[in-house]
Amino acid sequence: MRDLSSSLPSPSRRGLLKGMGGAALLGAGIPLLSACGSSDSGSDSKTVTLGSNQSDAVPKKAYGEIYTAFTKQSKLTVKVNTKDHNTFQEQINSYLQGTPDDVFNWFAGYRMQFFAAKGLASPIDDVWEKIGDNFPDAMKKLSKGADGKYYFVPLVTYPWAIFYRKSVFAQHGYEVPTTWDAFIALCKQMKKDGLVPIAFGDKDAWPAMGTFDQLNFRTNGYDFHVDLMAGKASWTDAKVKTVFDHWAEILPYHQDGFMGRTWQDAAQTLVAKKAGMYVLGTFVAQQFTNKADLDDLDFFAFPEINSAYGQDTVEAPADGFMVSKSPKNKAGVTKLMEYLGTPEAEQIYLKSDTSVVAASNKADTSSYTPLQKKAYEMITGAKSLTQFMDRDSRPDFTSTVMQPSLQKFLQNPKGIDSLLSSIERQKKTIFASG
Amino acid sequence: MTTDTNMKSPEAAAVPPSGPAPVKKRVPRGRKRLLTRRDRITLGFMAGVPTVLHVALVWVTALASIALAFTSWDGIGFDSIKWVGLDNFKQLFSDNPQFWPAVEHNVIWFVVLILIPTPFGLFLAVQLDKQIRFSRVYQTAFFLPVVVSLAVTGFVWQLVYNPDTGLINSLIGANKPGHYIDWIGDPHLNLWAVLIAASWRHTGYMMILYLAGLKGVDPSLREASSLDGANEWQTFKNVIFPTLRPTNTVVLVVTIIEALRAFDLVFVFNKGAQGTELLSILITNNIIGESSRIGYGSAIAVVLLVISLVVIIPYLISTFRKERSA
Repeated sequence: MRDLSSSLPSPSRRGLLKGMGGAALLGAGIPLLSACGSSDSGSDSKTVTLGSNQSDAVPKKAYGEIYTAFTKQSKLTVKVNTKDHNTFQEQINSYLQGTPDDVFNWFAGYRMQFFAAKGLASPIDDVWEKIGDNFPDAMKKLSKGADGKYYFVPLVTYPWAIFYRKSVFAQHGYEVPTTWDAFIALCKQMKKDGLVPIAFGDKDAWPAMGTFDQLNFRTNGYDFHVDLMAGKASWTDAKVKTVFDHWAEILPYHQDGFMGRTWQDAAQTLVAKKAGMYVLGTFVAQQFTNKADLDDLDFFAFPEINSAYGQDTVEAPADGFMVSKSPKNKAGVTKLMEYLGTPEAEQIYLKSDTSVVAASNKADTSSYTPLQKKAYEMITGAKSLTQFMDRDSRPDFTSTVMQPSLQKFLQNPKGIDSLLSSIERQKKTIFASG
Repeated sequence: MTTDTNMKSPEAAAVPPSGPAPVKKRVPRGRKRLLTRRDRITLGFMAGVPTVLHVALVWVTALASIALAFTSWDGIGFDSIKWVGLDNFKQLFSDNPQFWPAVEHNVIWFVVLILIPTPFGLFLAVQLDKQIRFSRVYQTAFFLPVVVSLAVTGFVWQLVYNPDTGLINSLIGANKPGHYIDWIGDPHLNLWAVLIAASWRHTGYMMILYLAGLKGVDPSLREASSLDGANEWQTFKNVIFPTLRPTNTVVLVVTIIEALRAFDLVFVFNKGAQGTELLSILITNNIIGESSRIGYGSAIAVVLLVISLVVIIPYLISTFRKERSA
């Protein structure tokens, strides 16, 4: 570099000019980059854009069929922009602040309310005036933001329960336990019979949350569970301690080595009839690829722990749609959302994906599989519906505090007191941050 | 994420500054000035654009993340940034159950890399330097893990360690109830399991660095020492190893950087769950996601930045001193 000017051979002039061309290109590239966000064809009144997180083959196809049916009926095209499921969730924050699609896939509960409260979604009360009759009250409640306005149209839902193989229960003469004592007795018997009583995999850190939810609303009831999730109740409350005591009681009956196992692998032990039971959502059915095995799959509600609450609460996460803050084709969006809120749209979906049930109580259930029928009855018979820990509470709290804390408990059930006070301290700072 | 770019900045700084070329110097008489006005504009542009990009992408983001470490921000709109002073750091040091384990694991990561794969890489390099038969085959085999992306490495090792269907447990029958080895989940095992994978890769990296260093050793030194009657070990210890001093410095710095930026392997392996917490993963978990804690994550990033600087600054000082004296 020092002797650049004296040692430069003459041909390098050409190189310099080339470099200049490159720089000019680069300079031109910058405005191009910033422009590509806004050069959308969304201003077209015949198109509605939709951001989809349904990247798996089965739901992707099922959703696609809904949009095709909508296009036939309304002459409006739905331009779907599909992203990988997890990536979509991780980027949702910046996605909604940038130039989001008109409509996007999302989840009910606190997760929806959070973005509604931040002004990143449009209220859709006008849509609900048309579709309101299609949904039970529990679903209506789930679709409202904290301000009482509607922000969400649910499409499908699925309950969490305890899954088992009918043939295994028949072979050993097991009965479905409805009380805690019967459940423990069953676990003991299964262990004696050489089965893994409860299949479990917590490598992804969220399955344990499902077990916590079940134990908590059975022990302390729906209201306490909601308060705890909303950061109102204290984690150092003796009631929470009782939940973990119950958990510690059944922990010895869980499958070994769960910290290194995914839920899919845990489900395989149920498929292979090595495990007796499995606490999960109905999506566990996706792992039963053999028709005979799938027909053998059944489930029951998590057993009663406190008779004051019985089995009145069902965890049933709902998936559906929201509208971004300033959709380009408002009229088209309203039409699409109204369509998505109809029983017809749900039925189209359920034809291709039988692991979930319709959110609407108007949908035709005649084509349901026995598993779907049971799931549907469980949800419609519930007094209260919960979503899931990471949908009922602040996601930053559940992912940075609860996931590692629950894993810590599972590794060392004895250190619960210090763990709960640690959770409470961290909760206070997170919920205080607004 | 910003820390990653931060860590690159010292390297970039070690490269001589690429300012506009000095044009004052007169060229010999009888010829026109080499650089025309247009050339100078071009050169200025060529130096200016990278400078602007560097400042914007490295310095501004680094300084912004330092500033954000003293705030609370969910990443939605600039008006939601709240000044909280040292709160994030206070929480981090006292309330976060993952922070100290993460620091400890980063340190363990460094100690293991410097004690096991580094000497092993040196050993392999010395053997390969002897021009043994199939030397190139071995070289390729050992270097292959370095070429493969760490994320892919993570997937491959996951298949080896999977407690139910993995290679190890299937071979030794440790996937049955009662005698179960949970390589990925057990907090006493998983860090070491990941470190084996990390060492597997690091060995090849170190081997190549040392091999390059050994190629630079003057053959006459070896000749002289063998004439003096030194055996192989004595030659290595007293003649070859001392000449590798500059390589050792590079190896040390590279290993420290590897230990501080350890991320991909663990993220794929088990997302930094119990037993494998790392600073880089805590940063990611807090910053990326639906409702992020950008202030808090930045505070962890600042801790990582400070640790990096403590390590890198002495190296830079000694490098610059050497350059000046050269």
